[in-house]
Amino acid sequence: MSQEIKEILQAADPANVATINFGPTHPSTHGIFQNILKVDGEKIISSEQTVGYIHRAFEKLAERRPYNQITPITDRLNYCSSPINNIGWEMTVEKLIGVEIPKRVQYMRVIMMELARIADHLICNSVIGVDAGALTSFFYPFSEREKIYELYEEISGARLTTNMGRIGGFERDFTPVFHQKLQSFLKTFPKAFEEFDSMLARNRIFMDRTKGAGPISAERALSYSFSGPNLRAAGVDYDVRVMSPYSSYEDFDFTIPVGVNGDTYDRFMVRQEEIRQSIRIIEQAYKNLPEGDYKADLPDFYLPPKEDVYNNMEALIYHFKIVMGETELPVGEVYHAVEGGNGELGFYLISDGGRTPYRLQFRRPCFIYYQAYPEMIKGLPISDAVLTLSSINVIAGELDA
Amino acid sequence: MEKLNNQDFLSAVQAAFGADVLAHEEAFGMLNIELSPTRIHEAIQWLQQHQDLSVNYLTNIAGVHYPEAVGREFAVVYQLHSWKHNLRLRIKGHLPKDKLHIATITDLFAGANWMERETYDFFGIIFDGHPDLRRILNMDDMDYFPMRKEYVLEDATREDKDDRFFGRNNNEL
Repeated sequence: MSQEIKEILQAADPANVATINFGPTHPSTHGIFQNILKVDGEKIISSEQTVGYIHRAFEKLAERRPYNQITPITDRLNYCSSPINNIGWEMTVEKLIGVEIPKRVQYMRVIMMELARIADHLICNSVIGVDAGALTSFFYPFSEREKIYELYEEISGARLTTNMGRIGGFERDFTPVFHQKLQSFLKTFPKAFEEFDSMLARNRIFMDRTKGAGPISAERALSYSFSGPNLRAAGVDYDVRVMSPYSSYEDFDFTIPVGVNGDTYDRFMVRQEEIRQSIRIIEQAYKNLPEGDYKADLPDFYLPPKEDVYNNMEALIYHFKIVMGETELPVGEVYHAVEGGNGELGFYLISDGGRTPYRLQFRRPCFIYYQAYPEMIKGLPISDAVLTLSSINVIAGELDA
Repeated sequence: MEKLNNQDFLSAVQAAFGADVLAHEEAFGMLNIELSPTRIHEAIQWLQQHQDLSVNYLTNIAGVHYPEAVGREFAVVYQLHSWKHNLRLRIKGHLPKDKLHIATITDLFAGANWMERETYDFFGIIFDGHPDLRRILNMDDMDYFPMRKEYVLEDATREDKDDRFFGRNNNEL
């Protein structure tokens, strides 16, 4: 740009402030959301967010659907770790109807949820690498994630939007192929993961880029109701799995990693360590997997086997009642939270005894912590804003519901 | 340190807010307290700053519409969490449909900002003192509040999904 044009531009805007659109479909937003940035050169002065581009009215939809039909909705919240959403919702309903879940189901759920956490964190961390300019470390973990998706496939038949499990347990038991694939995953994954880790964790360029990018203090993070890895990176060891254990998490030995500065590097490191801890949990759960049934005895909610429906009057009645949603439900209010990929994923369910929820609210961690983003990127260069956005792992599906 | 339970919390709130505690119950192990909406801000501030109770974490804010409850059609539900005692509780305020105003708690929890905007967006509840109360997930030019019960989803003529057959009556809305 010639000196002359530059001077004209500066004269037109005496404060040297430019307004630029970061999104809605910027490649580094990883989803559809807009940030209108006011920048002075490279430095961000202020930003304004617009969200809701993929709002699909899940809470309204849920008020017209029987309980078992809500599970597929939850898939589409944080689609990087759908099994956690599915199982979290099933546990909410189980809490409402007050059913005892067999120990085997609880352990199976722990295995699936921790696999989902690994998949979620792997994607997030490898994408931080991309936004810092390291593309190899993005492609590398995809073969590992593929193995996790194959495990999903064995238990639910689906890969991304898994609709995993049923109210009361799983649709099928771990298959022989699942056992074989999980065993080989547990054997090969740690090595591959450490290779991935060695590409970034102590990489001089990566550290220089991510340290100090998008920091938040513990006090502010708490005030913003942060949860999950983002809160832990700021140094607060809050984890729903430990604070209010569900699905037998109290049986397992694992540690909660915490960071110090709450910046992009700490968030990266916390997620890396959580992956190692998840592997530890899976190993424990798999080694001690109890014998028993893969589902609770819950004829009012759990569909009978198809051959029984065709040949047995009782089974046919139950099948009809479940499909038509004619099951008696208790009246009441339940809140159930699980530790999702991004933090405390909560289901606030109000039942009036009808076949659909009277009100269902999802506590979506992304939605709650994304509002802190302008505060986190203020005064930073645009390239750091990109890194911050990928490291807080905003998933558009969960953000907009 | 002795961990306080629901009963201790309830007694403390009752002692401090007396007649403004309109109702209370324990639902699935979680304490629900209904307060006069005018004192909710004060109550949450008191809970947050209380030395022993130390309710330090705002889990979420939910709106609920009860069209059949005349004079108290809308509820604002605050779910709070005291990490010190690992105790969750709900504070509820009921509002009449012609006076949907409640004080904002954005001065107490920064995270309440978007939660209140979402509640406004879906139910039309106005949080007085909110710094920027606009729609958040829906379009700015939307002229109704979609989570209210009078806006029924799907074709109302579909008989197989008619709520009247399942113990609910939505006809009088």
